[in-house]
Amino acid sequence: MIPRPHVDWFALAPVNSLLLAAGVALLSAVLVPRSGRKAVAAAFCALGYAAAFGFAIALYVKSADGHGVVADAFDRDRLTALATMIVAGTGLLVTGLAYGERAREDHAAEYYALLAASGAGMAFFVGANNLMTLFLALEWFSISLYILCAIDRDRLGGLEAALKYLIIGSFGSAVLLFGSALVYGATGKLDFPGIAAAGAQDDALLVLGLAMLIAGLAFKASAAPFHMWTPDVYEGAPTPVTAFMAAATKTAALVVTLRVLVTAFPANAHLWTVAIAAIAVCSLAIGNFAALVQRGVKRMLAYSSISQAGFMLIGVSANSELGGRALLYYLIPYTAMSVGSFAVVAARERELGVPVTFENMAGFGWERPLLGISMWAFLLGFAGFPLTGGFIGKFYVFAAAYEHGWTWLVIVGVLATLVSLYYYLGLVRAMFMRRTEDLQLAPIGGSPPRDALLQTTVFTCLVVTVGSFFAVQPLIDLCKHAVNALPWV
Amino acid sequence: MTTLLICLPLAAALIVWVLPMNPVSAGSLALLAALAEVGVWIQLLVRYDFAQGGLQFSDRHTWFSDLNVSYHVGVYGFSVWLVGLTVVVMAATIAYGFWAGRERLRAYMGLMLFLNGAIVGVFVAQDLLLFYAFFEAMLIPLYVLVGVWGGPGRMGATLKFILYTMAGSLLMLASIVVYGLSQHTFDLTQIGESSSQWIFLGFVAAFAIKAPLFPLHGWLPDAYRESSPEVAAVLSGVVSKAAAYGFLRIAVAKFPGPAHDFRAPILALAAVGLIYGSLLAFRAPDLRGVIAYSSLAQMGLITMGVFAVNDLGLDGSVLQMVNHGLVSATLFLLAGMVERRTLTGELGRLGGMARGRPALATVLLTTGVIALAVPLSSAFAGEFLILAGVFQRGWGWAVAGAVAIVLAAMYVLRLVSAVLHRDVGPAVSDSALDLRPAELGVTVPLLACLLALSVWPAAITQHSFRGDHGAADVAAQFK
Repeated sequence: MIPRPHVDWFALAPVNSLLLAAGVALLSAVLVPRSGRKAVAAAFCALGYAAAFGFAIALYVKSADGHGVVADAFDRDRLTALATMIVAGTGLLVTGLAYGERAREDHAAEYYALLAASGAGMAFFVGANNLMTLFLALEWFSISLYILCAIDRDRLGGLEAALKYLIIGSFGSAVLLFGSALVYGATGKLDFPGIAAAGAQDDALLVLGLAMLIAGLAFKASAAPFHMWTPDVYEGAPTPVTAFMAAATKTAALVVTLRVLVTAFPANAHLWTVAIAAIAVCSLAIGNFAALVQRGVKRMLAYSSISQAGFMLIGVSANSELGGRALLYYLIPYTAMSVGSFAVVAARERELGVPVTFENMAGFGWERPLLGISMWAFLLGFAGFPLTGGFIGKFYVFAAAYEHGWTWLVIVGVLATLVSLYYYLGLVRAMFMRRTEDLQLAPIGGSPPRDALLQTTVFTCLVVTVGSFFAVQPLIDLCKHAVNALPWV
Repeated sequence: MTTLLICLPLAAALIVWVLPMNPVSAGSLALLAALAEVGVWIQLLVRYDFAQGGLQFSDRHTWFSDLNVSYHVGVYGFSVWLVGLTVVVMAATIAYGFWAGRERLRAYMGLMLFLNGAIVGVFVAQDLLLFYAFFEAMLIPLYVLVGVWGGPGRMGATLKFILYTMAGSLLMLASIVVYGLSQHTFDLTQIGESSSQWIFLGFVAAFAIKAPLFPLHGWLPDAYRESSPEVAAVLSGVVSKAAAYGFLRIAVAKFPGPAHDFRAPILALAAVGLIYGSLLAFRAPDLRGVIAYSSLAQMGLITMGVFAVNDLGLDGSVLQMVNHGLVSATLFLLAGMVERRTLTGELGRLGGMARGRPALATVLLTTGVIALAVPLSSAFAGEFLILAGVFQRGWGWAVAGAVAIVLAAMYVLRLVSAVLHRDVGPAVSDSALDLRPAELGVTVPLLACLLALSVWPAAITQHSFRGDHGAADVAAQFK
């Protein structure tokens, strides 16, 4: 009989509650009559995320001493808990955002089931403590997302986006898997601390494996030059799914990048810090310059998310506790701003029934003041203006780069921010400074839909975006304890 | 008390935005808040102990401790005057905007109040990051105020304005990160001096664009021409002073070495800006152009005073900051009032407005006379002190300044005569009214402040720095 490891069910509670929610939501596809199906599935999905959020808080409180559980396959520590909180919070907001989406009703239950399942995969991903669970969790949430991209078959470009995501995403996973195999070949170990302890840092196999691991994770974080799928997929996927990918997938991928590099490859830090810095610079350059010429708002936000990944990777590249803090802090306003801005795009999309461009955002700020002002705040936050957490986040990553001795990276970041102003403020200009009458728009009729859930979502994101500017100390303490879980040298 | 000065307008802005109000009550509330702000400032002025000087009414709370950033605000003698300038000009501009009946008055008033709070914050922040936050926060309402309520070329004007200023500000952010982390604190009262020329230049870039100094004034004519008159008044009257304040509080005080090394080039740029701006003001075809370029010239003069780094120059530049703030705010408001009557600012189409309009003639002429620094005016006192200050650094600088004073007389008199005298211009109809009581209510208090300062310029020059020794305060870095 195979010996069974002890299972710490509490550590897995967020994952399991989401899995349970996914299962129940899926069952509602057959058990609940069509009229109530969507409501039931969405309610269970939201419930699952809420439970996961609650369990993550409990885990954060009770996991002061981080340790591996389930035969050291999964890390029960505060980093996992904090990342789970961010993912679960994002999922909850996205569920609220998705509910008002006017999609085909015949896959409503599957939609929420997949949303919960991908959240479960991410919650597992951020706690992965060996290469096997890492890959397993990566595929788990990726497959859910592939389907979610394609679920609305009526959507223009939806299938194309899903196919593109599937092919390129699988390629990324394959690279990651191959990298894992090479690392295993070089060290004979699968678990992160074991890889570090194997002491094979000069092995060419290990270095190649490390490079491929970084590439695979960068695919998921959509950092340049591994970003080619991002604009098309973000544009083609249903907007709530885009919001989820931009916020939660990126969070998971960046947190895992930090964990893998710091835990498994401390001896190769001189290599990967440079590699990550190079990826960050690439992302900043490509993301910002490509965003300048976009006319579609979703595409612009996609490129902006690439450049934001660049800023956050600066924090990773610093290879310090300060850098880790910077990354985790940055993620909190970043996820809020991403979900919020895509939610506003979704609102406009529902009003007009066509893809949202800079042109047809004209006058939106005055028509819908709450959404307009919130969008303004999100864009200013992306651009790193004060009164939003984006400012403090940028300040922290720059501080981390400087502490690491890379003043040039601070300068690059500053220049990238300057370029980014053009398109972020361009959208503000479109929303507030152009008149609606300048456009010959044909609204799809009636007054704008009153979507209380969407407005609540946007308002929550606004509160987080602005609140994180004022409540820096508690959030930083949260991040500090989380980052302390990693074995810094 | 300092925190109250920041929070009162911000809270009022929130109330105006959130509560459903009709335009009249929103405007009244905003005006009331702005006047209350003036009241708070008068309290501050009365209670500030000028004999003792130094940082008073300070308020300090940790913001985030791991990088030693705190919410630290407080006022020095000279910041009392700059805050006073801000609250008085903001009250006047808010009143004018209300009276002129801007569209979407609730949003407009909220933004003006927000701007008010942010500018006050710049002048009282004693932590570098907090200073930066307020410095940037000023930009958020300004962007919208120019971009939404501006003239036909507003889009280009805002874009230029934002990209110019942000380029400087972001360089300053890089400087702040490097400076603060290398000194392990961001608190301006604790942070030590630095000899790094790069950090210094980062700060100077931000302030030189904001002021603006020649040759970084590309955004200025468009922004001043395209915005509504009251926003132009705030921009040139108050926002530019934030840059001069930065020169004084950070660039000169914290970087004595680099400030000394770069004195000659900075004085040269300031002098060129002074003469060049005056010449452009003399050639400008429209009202706003004259005031905008004269603003460039005056900021050059103020910068000269600051970088002279001696008692005379520093006292003079603080006095001149307040003078110029009041003068250019009044002139921009008057320009708005004239444009409202004639629908144009082109000097060629104006003229002869003095006949039958005694109030307009009196107010404009009085402001103009102060602006051209006739002896006994407060501007004369300020310019004289600055010239005396830079004279100690080299007589050539003082000559440039003296030439500019002659040029100032030329452009101001040209402006006054083009509007008031000569034949009646094609754009001026007989039915154009004299200044209304409300307009007088906005401009006369500003003018009264100027006249009061003309009578007693020592109110500022002897109550700005500890024991009237600006250079000593700068050398001690305002500790």
